[in-house]
Amino acid sequence: MASETVVIPPAELPEVELYHAKSWITKYVFSQDAKVIAIQYSGTAVLIGLVGLVLSWLMRLQLGFPETFSFIDESEYLQYVTLHGMIMVVYLLTALFLGGFGNYMIPLMVGARDMVFPYANMLSFWIYLLSVLILVASFFVPGGPTGAGWTLYPPQAITSGTPGSDGGIILMLVSLVFFIIGFTMGGLNYAVTVLQARARGMTLMMMPLTVWGIFVATILALFAFPALLVASIMMLFDRILDTSFFIPMIYEMGEVIPREGGSPVLFQHLFWFFGHPEVYIVALPAFGIVSDVISTHARKAIFGYRMMVWAIIAIGGLSFIVWAHHMYVSGMNPYFGFFFATTTLIIAIPTALKLYNWTLTLWKGNIHMTVPMLWCIAFIVTFLNGGVTGLFLGNVSVDVPLSDTMFVVAHFHMVMGVAPIFVIFAAIYHWFPLATGKMLNNAMGQFHFWVTFVGAYLIYFPMHYLGFVGVPRRYYEIGETTFVPPSAADLNAFITIMVLIVGFAQVVFIYNLLTSIFSGKKSEVNPWKATTLEWQTSEFPPGHGNFGDELPVVYRWAYEYGAPENVDDYVPQNIHPDKVARKPIAE
Amino acid sequence: MSILSQLREKPWPQSNGATVLKVGPSILRTPTEVGLLFFLASITGLFTLLLISYNGRILLGNDWVPVPDPAILWINTAILIFSSIAFHRARKHAQASKVIGIRKNLLVAGLLTFGFLSGQTIASLQLYELGYYVSNNPANAFFYLLTGIHALHLIGGLFVWMRTQYRVQLGVDLRKIKVSVELCAIYWHYLLVVWLIIFVLLLTT
Ligand code: HEM
Ligand SMILES: [Cu+2]
Repeated sequence: MASETVVIPPAELPEVELYHAKSWITKYVFSQDAKVIAIQYSGTAVLIGLVGLVLSWLMRLQLGFPETFSFIDESEYLQYVTLHGMIMVVYLLTALFLGGFGNYMIPLMVGARDMVFPYANMLSFWIYLLSVLILVASFFVPGGPTGAGWTLYPPQAITSGTPGSDGGIILMLVSLVFFIIGFTMGGLNYAVTVLQARARGMTLMMMPLTVWGIFVATILALFAFPALLVASIMMLFDRILDTSFFIPMIYEMGEVIPREGGSPVLFQHLFWFFGHPEVYIVALPAFGIVSDVISTHARKAIFGYRMMVWAIIAIGGLSFIVWAHHMYVSGMNPYFGFFFATTTLIIAIPTALKLYNWTLTLWKGNIHMTVPMLWCIAFIVTFLNGGVTGLFLGNVSVDVPLSDTMFVVAHFHMVMGVAPIFVIFAAIYHWFPLATGKMLNNAMGQFHFWVTFVGAYLIYFPMHYLGFVGVPRRYYEIGETTFVPPSAADLNAFITIMVLIVGFAQVVFIYNLLTSIFSGKKSEVNPWKATTLEWQTSEFPPGHGNFGDELPVVYRWAYEYGAPENVDDYVPQNIHPDKVARKPIAE
Repeated sequence: MSILSQLREKPWPQSNGATVLKVGPSILRTPTEVGLLFFLASITGLFTLLLISYNGRILLGNDWVPVPDPAILWINTAILIFSSIAFHRARKHAQASKVIGIRKNLLVAGLLTFGFLSGQTIASLQLYELGYYVSNNPANAFFYLLTGIHALHLIGGLFVWMRTQYRVQLGVDLRKIKVSVELCAIYWHYLLVVWLIIFVLLLTT
């Protein structure tokens, strides 16, 4: 075998000084260690996510069995809808993918000791926690939380008659402002750590796709959140200072309110300029994680790595020029609609490419049907499903009748509700041993997977049909109509029962998490035989500073699985080429 | 290596089996600098969207009554320009490692910024006295909104300035001081440009 030339470039900058905590408080509470911050972020996100989940149960109880539960009235239903949507999208998914997985995975996967700005990173979490607390507080103010829908469209978001137009909407907006400030502090960390703190040898194209996904998502967020910030601040002005940025002339309770000229559509543009990229802020990290988990559990290099990276970047870029597909029914110039329909359909190209590449990665792979792998396959199928209905809704003429029906609810739950949640589960089952040193219970994992997967389809497939026949979204109760057949009521009851069953499976999952942390089977080092750096730390689970005395040096990409010339089934990124056992070459 | 050629790199094992290690991450700047650049990019988004909304609101409603621009805004603008110049000079002294020059110019720059902020407050108060309340007209509302958000960014900068000034007084760690002065200078120049754009917009509408 020809001897290999290995040039290790010297470090260009001295190592960053690592902050060492001096007391219990600075170690575990006001911690600057990205791994601790990650757990704090994840824990908070999951707790508030559970609130969002319970809200969805309440909504489903009402929809499945109308006129049964006296404790849910019209206003409360709208408040549940709103808070459920907002919590799930922003406070759960964004926080968990970027604040949780971003913090945990980036430094470990790029071979750094920590984030580059640990202090800002710590602040980021505490400001996020504050924003969550403000959000929760809105449940307890007079009038309750806002019921404006998660899109918070003015003018109704702030006019009386909408639930929560007193304190609720103010707290909602203030909470968002804090969320964005906190996120920005974290986001700068994620982006700069990826760019500046990678281990020697780790070129951009040697980064695992998880890092790519989180990195590009972070950049999207840094550019998209300002739009929500501007919209929130201006709406706060409108609500508190009686300005009319977004408020046109309207009658309220039979009287003209003393404002005029504002533009509700301006708000919609700002909101969706944030809102659409937000979908990809959630999806791109999921794409990345799925790629890595699939490759590891199929013992096969990811198919078309470069294409995957380019697709992530392309999707990220395109996501900024499609926002108005959410506004087809708000009234717009037909050419405008045509433009946005076209860009929307173009996004399908890089997205489809990713789906093909995942499939081709699995093709002839040595697939291990582990729980993380199951979730990933479920993700691929579900994302495809949601993506296809997205193509329908992207066309103006199809969207107009379907807009604001349950079809839309089914669509976006498939793409950005269920699919990313599946990836979160995949990631938790995959990296739980890394974080805790214990394995999750497999039987409970299988149970959790199958009930959730099958259940999710039984919930959302029928919902498409409800949308087709015209059941509107955000309705407390539809009563008698001429177009919705009575059987829809049975379907609704069925969906609700499924929701409760799926909910039970999540309880099993949480039980599994809690018991496994304390009494789970001890994990061996690198249980999945993965190549990426997070599994190659000196201690397992990784300690403060992640790597021992010396930072790792990276010699290859993250996907050296089952390479025919190697003796071993996998070669970690940081193994020196001279130490890799090669098969003798037959002359 | 340009970003495009970096993205064209083929990371997978080459057919001859050789592992060729390319240069690692190319570190041209310090992390803090890159962080600042990202931050500036992000708030450029913020200000751009504000300005788009400003123009959009003029076009979409028909109730816009321009605000008379208080004369003091001209003085404030001059003060902010001088503050930027002082930062520029502090930066030059930092590059030459002259601590006394840094200290003087940094102090002047910060004080001028306080001057600018006071001037902006006076401008707002004057308008308020004249009865240009926030809620009367979108032009008024935007005046307070834009000047306010710009001022908040300067106030944020002043915290970093205070820390730098404190370090300079103690005279510790010239390397860190240099970085901080550099970053402050960039940030202030940036906010000066933002202010000039806002100012022109206020004058013309
Ligand atoms: C067990 C899981 C879930 C169930 C049963 C569920 C159920 C529901 C229901 C019944 C609605 C209200 C439909 C209406 O009346 O218009 C809704 C709305 C919504 N959900 Fe979920 N959901 C779940 C998970 C998620 C997740 C993970 C996300 C994250 C993206 C999400 C995002 C939303 C959004 C954005 C809305 C729209 C809120 C609005 O109209 O303002 N949901 N969901
Ligand atoms: Cu969209």
